Amino acid sequence: MTITRRTTLRALASGVAMTMLLGANMAHSADETVKIGYAVAKTGPNATGAGITTIPNYELWVKDVNAAGGLTMPDGSKRMIEVIEYDDRSSNEDLVRAIERLATKDKVDLILPPWGTGSNLAIAPLMDRFGYPQLGVTAVTDKAPEFAARWKRSYWMLGGGHDYANGLAEVLKAAVAAGTINNKIAMVSVADGFGIDLVNGARPSFEEAGLEVVYDKTYPLGTSDFAALMAEAKDSGADSFVAFSYPPDSFGMTKTAQSMGYNPKVFYVGVGGAFPIYGKIADGKHEGVMSIGGVNAASPAIQDYFARHTESAGAPPDSWASAITYASLEMLAQSVERVGLDHEKLAQELSTGTFSTIIGDVKLEDNQLRDLWWVGQWQNGTFVAVNPADKDGAVAPVVPKPNW
Amino acid sequence: MIRLAIALLGLVALALVPLFVSEYELGLMIGMATYVALASAWALFSGQTNYISLATVAFYGTGAYTVAVLNESLPYPAVLLCAALIGAGMALLVGLSTLRLSGIYFVIFTFGLAELVRQLITWYEVSITGTLGRYIFLDLTARDIYWQMLALAAVAIGLTAWINRTRLGLALRAIGDDEVVAAHSGIHLARTKLIAFTLSATLITLVGAVASPRWVYVEPLIVFNPTVSFLTVIMALLGGANRLWGPLVGAVPLFLLFEWLSVNFPDTYPIFLGLLFIAVVFVLPNGLLAGLDDLRARFGRRGK
Repeated sequence: MTITRRTTLRALASGVAMTMLLGANMAHSADETVKIGYAVAKTGPNATGAGITTIPNYELWVKDVNAAGGLTMPDGSKRMIEVIEYDDRSSNEDLVRAIERLATKDKVDLILPPWGTGSNLAIAPLMDRFGYPQLGVTAVTDKAPEFAARWKRSYWMLGGGHDYANGLAEVLKAAVAAGTINNKIAMVSVADGFGIDLVNGARPSFEEAGLEVVYDKTYPLGTSDFAALMAEAKDSGADSFVAFSYPPDSFGMTKTAQSMGYNPKVFYVGVGGAFPIYGKIADGKHEGVMSIGGVNAASPAIQDYFARHTESAGAPPDSWASAITYASLEMLAQSVERVGLDHEKLAQELSTGTFSTIIGDVKLEDNQLRDLWWVGQWQNGTFVAVNPADKDGAVAPVVPKPNW
Repeated sequence: MIRLAIALLGLVALALVPLFVSEYELGLMIGMATYVALASAWALFSGQTNYISLATVAFYGTGAYTVAVLNESLPYPAVLLCAALIGAGMALLVGLSTLRLSGIYFVIFTFGLAELVRQLITWYEVSITGTLGRYIFLDLTARDIYWQMLALAAVAIGLTAWINRTRLGLALRAIGDDEVVAAHSGIHLARTKLIAFTLSATLITLVGAVASPRWVYVEPLIVFNPTVSFLTVIMALLGGANRLWGPLVGAVPLFLLFEWLSVNFPDTYPIFLGLLFIAVVFVLPNGLLAGLDDLRARFGRRGK
């Protein structure tokens, strides 16, 4: 037999196949573990968000629990966590199948939710049918009360668009009342789920707060040039610039504002503003920038969490949904310790119990986490929470923001 | 006749599968039926004429979106009918304006079409209805979806078999071989291509419509995922796009392989995927079925 390109390729292909077979057989380990499964986007458009907010926290939590000997059961015994993870390829069809696999083939004890509003909704009917509690963290939706009523074991922990818009309206109203800014607002939003939800919440709540939206533009998803948009916002005479944007847009707008010397007294961007990388994007001049979310930066539990996350994932967490993701897992572990792995009892405990977590004591209201931070601001290199102003750990906002 | 009987028996057997398998296995069957239907419907037009269409997801997504918009106001069968009509209408419109393009221009146009439809829907939702995500709360079980999808796959393959025996099939093959020659032998190019394109697109739209109740939540970015178009093409090509059973032979193993890879190698599977695509094009440029024929011919010669 002569060696041709064809035979070489065939040999390579069979070699690859054999390696895969070997890999598949090594995945099993001892029993008496708690099997926890999740399907999260490792590839595709959802991979960025999942890679920043969801996966590092799942990994950190599993590491923390197993380092402590495992999950504590009601009888005081400990069982190690065994993880089964799949890639949903950012496709809901694949995600649904992965959940079916976790529930009926792998028969895992618990399922952790995927990243994103759409993904969490796609699996909600399945989780309900199989009886698993679903701790939906990374889903911002105003319909949470409806969903919690429809699927009794689903929990919605990041609020809705109206909440964040109302929070921002309060901050701006207070600044107007104090005479530091005029009541005019320039507002831009991304033409996608998140931007639309927030802008729909913002229009009425700004009006109610006596704020005048003098510039209101929507831009398509994937826009990369914001010069025209920002120039118009600058000329609008508004003291406040508000963008309900996604990370790439938030970053792009910041750079554009800096390069054109646009210095509104309030500069607010959407998702991405609370990412640890934001400071670097803003060239170290992120002081005073406002964004969605926030953490109680003075809390030792949060500081400890930031340190552990940095050590485990190689980067600090984002200051919005990351801490809540980790807290939701702490709630799960404490529920298991109190009632065991029975899904009905677990769901009951999650709905009614009080839990001590890194974001403080948590108790859900109608299966929703309502005790959240709506607005945060960069102050002295940390992203601190400024609204709700009466919540423990809130810091007074700095207005006007210093120039870039 | 015997072939038809075997095919029908197979179909009956497949229809009985849900009575014996777990939910996950049923999910797998739905996925396979989906891609067999997609690849067969795609090959109905593209396989014969060699017009590589990347518009699959434009129609697939349109079908899903139709269900999302209408599921609360119309009974389910009427929703499916609307989806089919919308798909057919869109295909006629697109076909009339573009089937004069050929080669790479057609490929690029069809790829752009999916993006165009997605942006149009987004624009409409943002500026007219002021919302983006839509919900599908339909009381359909996985079994219902499986049976509908299986029926669609059967229709796609049956329709192809029937067309292959008609003048339309002959005309399509002639166009695939050489468009100029076909025109000179009196084939009405535009009409022939338009009929096949519309049939194919209508089926694809229905596949999207049937699949969508499994997702509950629909938004343009979710349903217009270009991967669907690429997978459909590569599956049809693997099996052999110009053969009746080619798309099925390509879709089933590839689908199972993707599933197996994502289960066992969640981190590295895209690399294997890329290698596999290269291998398909190098090793089996005319598809698995043609490759098998080649192999048989070679062994036949050796035997003599």
